Amino acid sequence: MSAATTTRAAPGHGPGSARETAGTSGVRPPARKVPWHARLRRDRSLILMTLPAVVLLAVFAYVPMAGNVVAWQDYSPYVGILHSPFVGWWNFERLFANDAFWHAVGNTLLITGFQLVFFFPVPIALALLLNSVMTPRIRTAIQSIVYLPHFFSWVIVVTIFQQMFGGAGFVAQRLAEHGHSGFDLMTDPDTFLLLITAQSVWKDAGWGIIIFLAALSTVDPALYEASVVDGANRWRRMWHITLPAMRATIILLLILRLGDALTVGFEQLILQRGAVGAEASEVIDTYVYYQGVVNGDWSFAAAAGLLKGVVSLALVLGANKLAHLFGEAGVYQKA
Amino acid sequence: MITTTAAPSTGSLPPEPHVEPDRRPRRRRRSKHRAVWEEAPGPAGFTVKAVVLAAIVLVVLFPLYTILLTSVSTQADITRSGGLVVVPGDLTLSAYRQILSGGIVTRAAVVSVVVTAVGTLLSTVVSTLAAYGLSRPGSFGHRPLLFVLLITMFFGAGMIPTYLLVSALGLIDSYWALILPTAISAFNVLILRSFFMGIDSAITDAARIDGAGDWRILAQIVAPMSKAAIAVVALFYGVGYWNAFFNAMLYLNDNAKWPLQLVLRSYVLQGVTLPGSGVGQVDVATGAVTGLPVKMAVMVLAVIPILLVYPLVQRHFTKGVIFGAIKG
Repeated sequence: MSAATTTRAAPGHGPGSARETAGTSGVRPPARKVPWHARLRRDRSLILMTLPAVVLLAVFAYVPMAGNVVAWQDYSPYVGILHSPFVGWWNFERLFANDAFWHAVGNTLLITGFQLVFFFPVPIALALLLNSVMTPRIRTAIQSIVYLPHFFSWVIVVTIFQQMFGGAGFVAQRLAEHGHSGFDLMTDPDTFLLLITAQSVWKDAGWGIIIFLAALSTVDPALYEASVVDGANRWRRMWHITLPAMRATIILLLILRLGDALTVGFEQLILQRGAVGAEASEVIDTYVYYQGVVNGDWSFAAAAGLLKGVVSLALVLGANKLAHLFGEAGVYQKA
Repeated sequence: MITTTAAPSTGSLPPEPHVEPDRRPRRRRRSKHRAVWEEAPGPAGFTVKAVVLAAIVLVVLFPLYTILLTSVSTQADITRSGGLVVVPGDLTLSAYRQILSGGIVTRAAVVSVVVTAVGTLLSTVVSTLAAYGLSRPGSFGHRPLLFVLLITMFFGAGMIPTYLLVSALGLIDSYWALILPTAISAFNVLILRSFFMGIDSAITDAARIDGAGDWRILAQIVAPMSKAAIAVVALFYGVGYWNAFFNAMLYLNDNAKWPLQLVLRSYVLQGVTLPGSGVGQVDVATGAVTGLPVKMAVMVLAVIPILLVYPLVQRHFTKGVIFGAIKG
């Protein structure tokens, strides 16, 4: 590997340093000394290439960010953003005094917590199990099968669960044949938490193993060999070698999940809110949708959405800080 | 430790991340996949492992099997089994003939195909360009432009302002509303960017000395070397467009314009008989084949494109392509 490659590929270099690679140093002087207009002319194709994406993001990501001013307005679609009156923090005050909003927050955190316990470990266990399968062909085949549901839409997944566990579904039919009637998981608020976690596991637990398998593939087999010489059996090898190899990945994903605590399967829940009722299924995102788009209380819903966005941002940044404290790379680092 | 930079830097050759190095040397008279120090599992351990794995595979495949089978079963078999069919009886394609004969479902499928095709093309091209444009630290505006991209990963504008914008742009009931707001995923751009950055700069520098500009280097060198990464990103975008239903629910008031997922939601999940105001409509609920097979056929239709594309791209799903971006 040439010095040029490592320099260019390595993150963490200051601006311009990657230009000073061995490959280009004979052609161009170091970037810092190039005046900005010369760099602009030199890099104009690169900027032109970035332009379409920047324009799309500017219009569809940044303009709406600015559009969050409606949270401080009494927005009416008939007069528009420009002419709607500003009302200070009124919408936020209404929000904080609203029981249904806090119920949605509570549901969101409940679902996040429940899935942290009952979803999060599943891909880890699956990866360990799959890693112990020796025959590559069988392992690849199982991988292909368990990755697949990740690519199905939530409409498909929820419909599949309805066909299996709904009132007219597969399980209900079998039970009806034996004289039990009234089985319907899809409309039962008491078991809803279990149901949506099962759906998440079915859809995404298989896909979740991919990152753990990547971590496991980097383990040096010499470690296992040495531990066997020292008399370690398979369980001790798993405890002392395999699991430590996955530790960084586990911590990273745990932190990512915590940073994302306020976001729980929006599409999954909005599909089932009608069947199971708002009491069990209302989360922050569905609350925003129903208050804003359905009820037309735009400013109130925007305030709820903005609050969620800001708290989520704080959580991500905090979680990343936490990752650095743990000595892990975290989600991002200085580029 | 995830070593993420390893895959794309295989010298000057196009990276092949799906080839897994065989780290266990072959030994005679033992399982060829097991290292010499590794004890074979006992019969009990082997059985437990096999049963668990078989159960997992069954849990994934059984619903797909019974849905597919029911969609091609006759009403008589469905009545006999009391619903979903598990044991094959007489097979018929009449449910598919019915939904594909120009009714609501046909139209929805066409909408989904066109939106997915146009959206995927647009997203992939724009993302590839942006990823290359951002792949050289130190170029003009590199840091601010990268920042513009990264911020969107950490702070979403929210549903209400986005809806108000789409509405203000006059895109309600336009198919562009299903494409433009979600056209760029920062994560996908980062996947491509880190892949491009892993390409040996000696190659691109050589081309530059020979007088090739950045457009030419991207088109003739970088893109062909990154086919695997571009294919995976295109799959991510394509699956996203094909599977999306909420944008359509939000932005399309006219249900004659609905894509397949939304038709699936109303007609199959919620059991609504589609009113439909489209061209050449066929009331699928009152046809010769009633209910279940037609519903299941709609589901199969919504899954088929994924099953077709998935095997082509699946072998590239390894650390090199996807997780290169995480640490970049």
